[in-house]
Amino acid sequence: MNRRHILGIASALVLAVMYGCGKEAPPPPPAPKAEAPKPVPEIGMVKIGSASPLTGPQAHIGIDIKNGVQLAIDDLNAAGVEIGGKKVKLELLAEDDEANPTKATTVAQKLVDAKVAAVVGHFNSGASIPASKIYSDAGIPQISPGSTNPKYTQQGFKTTFRVVANDDQQGPTIARFAVEKLKAKNVAVIDDSTAYGQGLADTFEAAAKALGVKIVAREHTTDKDTDFTAILTKIKGKKPDLIMFGGIDPQAGPMVKQMVQLGIKAKYIGGDGIQTPNLIKLAGEAAEGVMASIPGLPKNQMPGGKEFMKKFKAKFNAEVALFAPMGYDAVFVVVEAMKRAGSADPAKFLPEIGKTNYQGVIGPIAFDEKGDLKNGPITIYVVKGDKWDPLETVTPDAAAANETKAEPAKGDAAKK
Amino acid sequence: MDIFLQQIINGLVLGSIYALVALGYTMVYGILGLINFAHGDIVMVGALVGLTVTQALASSGLPPPLILLLAAGAAILVCVSIGVAIERIAYRPLRRAPRLAPLITAIGISILLQYTAALVWGKQYISMPELIKPDHFVVGGAQFTELQAFIFLLACAVMAGLLWFIKSSRIGRAMRATEQNPDVAGLMGVDINRTISFTFLLGSAIGAIAGVMVVLYYGLGHYFMGSMLGMKAFTAAVLGGIGNVAGAMLGGLLLGIIESLASGYIGDLTGGVLGSNYRDIFAFLVLILVLVLRPSGLMGQQSGERA
Repeated sequence: MNRRHILGIASALVLAVMYGCGKEAPPPPPAPKAEAPKPVPEIGMVKIGSASPLTGPQAHIGIDIKNGVQLAIDDLNAAGVEIGGKKVKLELLAEDDEANPTKATTVAQKLVDAKVAAVVGHFNSGASIPASKIYSDAGIPQISPGSTNPKYTQQGFKTTFRVVANDDQQGPTIARFAVEKLKAKNVAVIDDSTAYGQGLADTFEAAAKALGVKIVAREHTTDKDTDFTAILTKIKGKKPDLIMFGGIDPQAGPMVKQMVQLGIKAKYIGGDGIQTPNLIKLAGEAAEGVMASIPGLPKNQMPGGKEFMKKFKAKFNAEVALFAPMGYDAVFVVVEAMKRAGSADPAKFLPEIGKTNYQGVIGPIAFDEKGDLKNGPITIYVVKGDKWDPLETVTPDAAAANETKAEPAKGDAAKK
Repeated sequence: MDIFLQQIINGLVLGSIYALVALGYTMVYGILGLINFAHGDIVMVGALVGLTVTQALASSGLPPPLILLLAAGAAILVCVSIGVAIERIAYRPLRRAPRLAPLITAIGISILLQYTAALVWGKQYISMPELIKPDHFVVGGAQFTELQAFIFLLACAVMAGLLWFIKSSRIGRAMRATEQNPDVAGLMGVDINRTISFTFLLGSAIGAIAGVMVVLYYGLGHYFMGSMLGMKAFTAAVLGGIGNVAGAMLGGLLLGIIESLASGYIGDLTGGVLGSNYRDIFAFLVLILVLVLRPSGLMGQQSGERA
């Protein structure tokens, strides 16, 4: 608990008592600090749900998201939120979906039953997609901070949004980068058989083929394996100059290590799932030169990035791992929409989310008609020393979107 | 050809780890007729203890082999205590109970160990500091590291030592006697409880070594790592003939090689219909075939003398 926060609430309480159960109607707009007088007419509770894997191999990513959401709610509460002339207190309801599609639907139902106004989550595409049906049926808006599988927003639900670029944009961006900058000709593709990993690998493969790259091997593993020597040995025989992996860091780490062990000299590139500090820890020295794309700007190039990282570190004593800023902004997007609609009723403020035009930590946030982030930038990083250095930022608007739009759709159709 | 050879080497290393873990299953089964489902999790505890000790000492400037020795020593110590304690608390009181009862306590202990580990080490993947720089050997176009060779040789050495021990030492003879008939062995002056405790001690110590090898080789540990590893090792033990020590080694190596070859060639064999993520189908297909043709496993004796 933040001491200033407690102080703020305490002083607000004292003031409220002094004023004698306030009668003044509209308090001044959110004051800079909580100690400003707050004559409070009614306090409404608004519950915001957060759903991400808080246990299991991806817990570090899920907890990061939850912390981002928590920080946003604490900041908003400290500043004071007013919706439709009523003072409102936000409350976080964080649930653990264990990165498991079945658990995700259970958790979604639980959040719906708890009458949350909106949900920030889930992280895994494989969890967000089945859960989205439940939120859609209940009319509750869902903003995913990290699900990048295109299908998520293509189901025709009015309630699905995301604040990251999707794989239709990410996969082709990696492909384009591989061809133009890395001059890759023979590429091996591996995925972890999850909705996210396979989706990313499929869109990459389709776009890379369209750009004239030869896919020399297409391999699958699972999101629980740690031994990839057999797959890598097979790939070694095909002599690729680049290996692309659609998956998450607990696999990528040992995989990169085993590549070195087997004497594979190919470059290695992946998506946002491996762009984490954990990858470098897991792969050790073998991580050097590994590349990964990530939707959004580099943390410290985000308009509000520096300040956010400082706040985050102060509160949780942890570095921002991946999607905390997205989780943070998602809460603000919801609350801004509530303010515009003058209601915390999902039926009333849902249309307002679509009209969002908000300057968040991650940059400008606006949605297209499907609920995808408009013009989400994608950055490619490389491991240098023992940290990720930004290599290049691509805005899909200019690059990937137009040319490869048709291809990923085909890849998707072929998959299912 | 070099690719084929490489796949065999990959399989041998993976198989050595399965074999080391399988020994723990097979020894306990041999002597008690009990499938100790908690064994995979004892391996996990060993792995995580080894990892923690290594992390703590990594920057101390001690020579890496010494750190490794200390890590393995700590892991063995912890695992042996847990293994012996589990036998004392969860299995011994149930020795005369119907067979299903100790099986259930075994599963219970397995879950208990997993979640205790989750409490102690957290639920995230933990990375192992890189102690030894991998040095490569190239043989016939296939490449492997010192570490891989070490794991294979260590497994062979443990195996040979264990076989010798059971055959020649006094307590080994007591183990064999208990295996044949505990009651009669007891009448002959064998301390049954001590012998069984010792079996758990030995199995847990080998399990701890296997755990340290796993984190050393893959570079990461996790509270859930024991369950799949245990499952595979148990399969290996059954494949080789559960209860038979040499069979566990054979089963482990065979399972490793089958998995490796299946991952490498399944895609080409099925024209891309099945990916390498389906390798377990092959592994278990072989298991089913072996069990249909030889129900007691490859090297298993026909059981039946024990009612």
